[in-house]
Amino acid sequence: MSMNNQGRPTGTGSIGSGFTSTSGSALLPNEPLLFEIGDTEHSGVDLPDVEISTSRLGGFERKMPLDLAGLTEPEAMRHYVRLSRLNHSIDSGMYPLGSCTMKHNPRLNEKMARLPGFSDIHPLQPVSTVQGALEMMNQLSHWLMTLTNTAAVALTPKAGAHGELLGMMAIKAAQDAAGQSHRRIVLVPESAHGTNPATAAFLGYSVKPIPARDDGTVDVQAVKNALSPDVAAIMLTNPNTCGLFEPQVIEIAEAVHAAGAFFYCDGANFNAIMGVVRPGDLGIDAMHINLHKTFSTPHGGGGPGAGPVVLSAALAPFAPVPFVRKGSNGLDLVEHAEGGALGRITAFQGQMGMYVRALTYMLSHGGDGLAQAAQDAVLNANYIKARLQHVFSVPFGDYPTMHEALFDDSFLAGTGVTTLDFAKALIDEGFHPMTMYFPLVVHGAMLIEPTESESKQTLDHFCDVMEELALDAKAGNKERFTSAPLKAPRRRLDETRAARSPILKWERPDEALKAAE
Amino acid sequence: MRYLPHSDHERAEMLGVIGATDIDALFSAVPKSALKTFDLGLPAHSPEFLVEAHMKALAAKNHAGADGPFFVGAGAYRHHVPATVDHLIQRSEWLTAYTPYQPEISQGTLQMLFEFQTQVAKLTGMDVANASLYDGSTGTAEAVLMARRLTRRNKVVLSGGLHPHYRDVVRAYLKDDADLECLSASPEGQGDILDHIDEQTAAIVVQTPDFYGHLRNIKTAADAAHAKGALLIVVITEVVSLGLLEAPGALGADIVVAEGQSIGNALNFGGPYLGLMATRKEFIRQMPGRLCGETVDAEGQRGFVLTLSTREQHIRREKATSNICTNSGLCALAFSIHMGLLGEAGFTRLARLNHANACKLADALAAVNGVEVLNSTFFNEMTIRTSLPAAALIERLAQRGILAGVPVSRLEPTDASIANLIVLAATELTTDADIAALCAALSEELK
Repeated sequence: MSMNNQGRPTGTGSIGSGFTSTSGSALLPNEPLLFEIGDTEHSGVDLPDVEISTSRLGGFERKMPLDLAGLTEPEAMRHYVRLSRLNHSIDSGMYPLGSCTMKHNPRLNEKMARLPGFSDIHPLQPVSTVQGALEMMNQLSHWLMTLTNTAAVALTPKAGAHGELLGMMAIKAAQDAAGQSHRRIVLVPESAHGTNPATAAFLGYSVKPIPARDDGTVDVQAVKNALSPDVAAIMLTNPNTCGLFEPQVIEIAEAVHAAGAFFYCDGANFNAIMGVVRPGDLGIDAMHINLHKTFSTPHGGGGPGAGPVVLSAALAPFAPVPFVRKGSNGLDLVEHAEGGALGRITAFQGQMGMYVRALTYMLSHGGDGLAQAAQDAVLNANYIKARLQHVFSVPFGDYPTMHEALFDDSFLAGTGVTTLDFAKALIDEGFHPMTMYFPLVVHGAMLIEPTESESKQTLDHFCDVMEELALDAKAGNKERFTSAPLKAPRRRLDETRAARSPILKWERPDEALKAAE
Repeated sequence: MRYLPHSDHERAEMLGVIGATDIDALFSAVPKSALKTFDLGLPAHSPEFLVEAHMKALAAKNHAGADGPFFVGAGAYRHHVPATVDHLIQRSEWLTAYTPYQPEISQGTLQMLFEFQTQVAKLTGMDVANASLYDGSTGTAEAVLMARRLTRRNKVVLSGGLHPHYRDVVRAYLKDDADLECLSASPEGQGDILDHIDEQTAAIVVQTPDFYGHLRNIKTAADAAHAKGALLIVVITEVVSLGLLEAPGALGADIVVAEGQSIGNALNFGGPYLGLMATRKEFIRQMPGRLCGETVDAEGQRGFVLTLSTREQHIRREKATSNICTNSGLCALAFSIHMGLLGEAGFTRLARLNHANACKLADALAAVNGVEVLNSTFFNEMTIRTSLPAAALIERLAQRGILAGVPVSRLEPTDASIANLIVLAATELTTDADIAALCAALSEELK
């Protein structure tokens, strides 16, 4: 067996072209692929090799080779530890990603989610044996309904976009039940997250964009002009994606309701107002809450999320199954739709593991701590805006911002440095880039969300770095930006090449060669 | 409050820099009628040990899988997860990273996803796999929509062996759709979906092993679908079965959707899990969800990026293939680590162990008076008919500390013909003593 340059066997494959052994730091060696290290004989799991006397596989036995590489335990540990070190993470540095709410993920949450009474229970075991789980779901529901002042909550959506889908399905079901199936239009402000129009289109609605005002907010008059007997709903994010609270949100809700439509609120930015403003008081009918943003469940490199949806009294009858209800012998799980309800949007009970984490976080913070967290998140964003506005350009400077500070790229005019270049230079200073080019209503947007988790010291350091970078860009040091990052495990990656001839899995070098011919 | 770094002194200092008199000044855009006009009535913040005690008290009210003999399956399976897996996924760099949109500082997650996609492609025998979906059920609904886009046809037929929850999810996703045909439950492996394929059919959806444990003939389903220009969607809820059963890709499947929970992920009362989706190379651009691809960086070093994002909502908005944004990254990591530890040798042994235990379970159940095993084929799961109604029987067995499976009536309450059916699973964790305890208890209850 051949050996790779870390002195380990290369197994079934050999290391592809372009592989070098270091990433520029002695502590961050490049790591070959699993298939270049392991082979089909090695395994890190000891299991007895049993004989099967009479198989019941009915002639459907596998003939195609699995060809799955295996690693022994020490090899696996090293492979995944080495890979992990090529990632930025909240625990290792600030993650000022606007609209993503990258806050601290408490480890108590993880510990509680792993209690066997939560992690080792089956979604279909008798409900009499999971009363504690149902009670936990009830408690989480109580917190979510109280914080939003709403009548009901559907816990099951698997993530924010899934919650949007459910909320809009509930609206569609309610419109159908009211004989209003002809309503085929959904209003979506131009500043919305891409999931909003995608969700509306998914359900067959046509999307009518609402332009943003010059100050970044939605004009109630523009909404009124767009409303008609064919409009089913508006999907509005509040606080909006420019980091602003919609000052006319109550008037917008009233106009929407007067026209017989529903108000779907995208709750991605709930972290700015939890415990301080209750969306139910603003007139919303449905709103998803990203537990992985607002309530600190980990992002995990892109999921799993959880997107419970709170519902107004008008939409509550259209909530999906399953849900928890008090029964004669304790708590019941209602698993089959009654009346006009829209049925089931996922197998089982949703993201239970995330419910446990979110409730643990809520109990830790308490009602008072959650309000303080929201206020600190808003304080931090305004502090960044105040410290940087003399160097950066602020598109909507008239209002205080909420939990995000938004800049545009006009401060870079004439420097030859783009928003992307600027963000990549931030990597070399140890920060994750901010959200770029979103919201779309601002040219070259840079959206910064510090969250409440960052200390004043970290914020000051971040602002110092941002200021220094801005001045350097203006001073003409273009190269520092266009070549960045220089100190990351990789330089800029060729995304065009990746998309033009996609390589989406590892193949043995001989197979890859054959496929290319 | 332990999670909030600011002191009151620092807050005041920061307000001074902002030029605000107090925190409420920063909320000036909020209508007065809505700002702090209420008392939440929620408990105040709490020390860690008290929160822990609260949550432990709730957890203690549940009967955990390890508390007694356990035969519950039906779409979620109790397998052993090596300690290494759970240790690794709790590392900060995996747990607290965001979606890898900045590839220069996300190569760990991206390389892992590339490896994951490769593993899923090999398992299913398909050309390409995506970086995971929410779970098997929503993945099935996404596959149905994908098949409609690919064929520009509307009719979809769901086999009577499809998990009833999966059927219900597809129904909800395609609300009021006359082109969706759901065949009635087929607990004995009966029903011929092939008779329902016509020139309007976009896809047929066949699960194997099916909800009742029967192994279905994928090759004949694929041939029949393709003869009419339709696609075959294969659904797998127990991914360990692929260690012994032929890869759907080798039998003609066009899209394969699987629930990946069995590898690396705990039962968790239903979530988070992960959906696996794999398909043919030519269908990539209609596949939903994130994809990771190989490329090079500015110095020519191999690296990985999220790619083909023009299918996705953040670029395409209302023209996207799906509204999906989040995947199941951490669950996919757990899957990939566990599968990497198993390798072909370990995965095959695991599958054999599951099948061997299921054979023992079937033989033991067949010997119990009042129990009839309906399966002639199965992997690790089977259906029995009992002489008494299943729901009450399962409840009585639970009171004896035995979680004996799922009464089919819990998922199909309107079908009286299945009131006496139970679906049971065995895994590598099932012991001879568990099987003996179940059969003894069943014998007493059915006397």
